[in-house]
Amino acid sequence: MDISETKDFPVSSKSLREIREFSREVISKSSILEEGKDELVLAIAEAAQNIVKHAYKDNQDTTDKMQIKISFNSNKLEIGFFDKGKPVIEENIKHRSLDDIKPGGLGTYFIQQIMDEVVFKESTGWHNNLVLTKKY
Amino acid sequence: MTYKITRDGDISTIYLTGEIDMDVTEKAKEFIMPVIEEKKEVHLNLKDVEYMDSSGISVLIESHQKAMELGTRVVLKEISKSVLKVIMMAKLEQILILE
Repeated sequence: MDISETKDFPVSSKSLREIREFSREVISKSSILEEGKDELVLAIAEAAQNIVKHAYKDNQDTTDKMQIKISFNSNKLEIGFFDKGKPVIEENIKHRSLDDIKPGGLGTYFIQQIMDEVVFKESTGWHNNLVLTKKY
Repeated sequence: MTYKITRDGDISTIYLTGEIDMDVTEKAKEFIMPVIEEKKEVHLNLKDVEYMDSSGISVLIESHQKAMELGTRVVLKEISKSVLKVIMMAKLEQILILE
């Protein structure tokens, strides 16, 4: 079954619960995805959290929206995140070493553990377009 | 997220319920840290925590480190399956105290 669903959310930590609900709902439409639902929801929520925390670090009162698109076609899951926050410098994205035990810096590590590919792409009208993919 | 704190002798237990994400971590720290500062052993009961992300994990690390600094400890009790999965993904099962 092919899936393609898109939804906009206010850029705020208060949106995270709604983002998880949307993700669970979409993922539940495929029995293939359903098995790893918790991990996928975590990856999606961590990526959304990074937008709030980093792309809008200096603009926490924004009224901007971010867009999340979840597609599943030909056994390939693709999750797109679009935002108009501070442009991401890909080289600066690095999770902390797991041996360096301290709070923070784990979100990106979780995303990389769960997904096969994590890339930033160009997207007209948006400042950042993160794409997470996983093959089944 | 909701919470309940009980005190029994030298042990304070904090029962957490619901989902722990970036939106509630400051609130969580506001009630967890003062209990740790009482310098008693603190049990964090995670039986009813349905979801925890990296921000929630940060609260667990910070609590653990604060307790160590004060010469006490934070013990994670009855950890729900979903939280345990995230703790293990972060490879923290040997660092945090799990019972």
